[in-house]
Amino acid sequence: MTLQKRYRLMASLASGIVFGLGMAISGMTNTQRVQGFLDLAGAWDPTLAFVMAGGMFVTFIGYKFILKNPAPLFDDTFHLPTRTDIDKPLIIGAVLFGAGWGLVGYCPGPAIAGLSYGYTTTLIFVPVMILGMLLAKPLAKVF
Amino acid sequence: MHPFVLALIGGGLVGLAAVMMMGLKGRIAGVSGILSGVFSDSSGERLWRILFVLGIALGGAIPTLISDSFAPPVPDTSTILVIIGGLAVGLGTGLGSGCTSGHGICGISRLSPRSMVATCTFMAAGFICVYLLKHVFGG
Repeated sequence: MTLQKRYRLMASLASGIVFGLGMAISGMTNTQRVQGFLDLAGAWDPTLAFVMAGGMFVTFIGYKFILKNPAPLFDDTFHLPTRTDIDKPLIIGAVLFGAGWGLVGYCPGPAIAGLSYGYTTTLIFVPVMILGMLLAKPLAKVF
Repeated sequence: MHPFVLALIGGGLVGLAAVMMMGLKGRIAGVSGILSGVFSDSSGERLWRILFVLGIALGGAIPTLISDSFAPPVPDTSTILVIIGGLAVGLGTGLGSGCTSGHGICGISRLSPRSMVATCTFMAAGFICVYLLKHVFGG
């Protein structure tokens, strides 16, 4: 394995750890808090807005500087999505995702970050979610 | 510390992770895309995905190792709803090519039109779903 490849793997692990730490500190792994944010008609909990604001602020500024460079530190090129079309799977997918998110209060990141709590909900949610991701591939061909 | 301050710091850390992923490796830190790639991508692109997902699980465990006060309350959603919700989140992020991190944080920061539309759509769907759940069906 080349040294650069090794650095890339370490970078993945390190980013993952920082990501999970952020999720757990922010309150995103608290399903009731997430549902509280989505409950506009109830006792609205604005906490999630602060998570989004903090995340977007840092990412927006960081990306601005990084993407001026020809390549990332440990790879020859940036791997950026290039599509700009708004198609049916994007909308249907987002509707389904939002509905599931509201139903349980978990999106993929916090569900993984919350695995260590050992709650039954999380331990059921994560494998079922992965199953759904795998089923999405053949389903996407229908649209 | 006030929950809003923790949320801002935690959100900032998620942003930092996204910036690290792009600056070091040139990748979008989108959890759903990386996670599904663990099971479907070619072998050469699998290990970094596994490490990223493993990192999230490890990083998520750190606060509770320091203080039990970081452990959130046990979710009270019924098992059948957890299964339906998990399936919907998996199918939805697969079809829609992303979730809160990939579309919401990384995509909007790149001003991607697809991500902006997706984020507005899943937020709206989340609001409607919780409205129905809490105020119409009274769960």
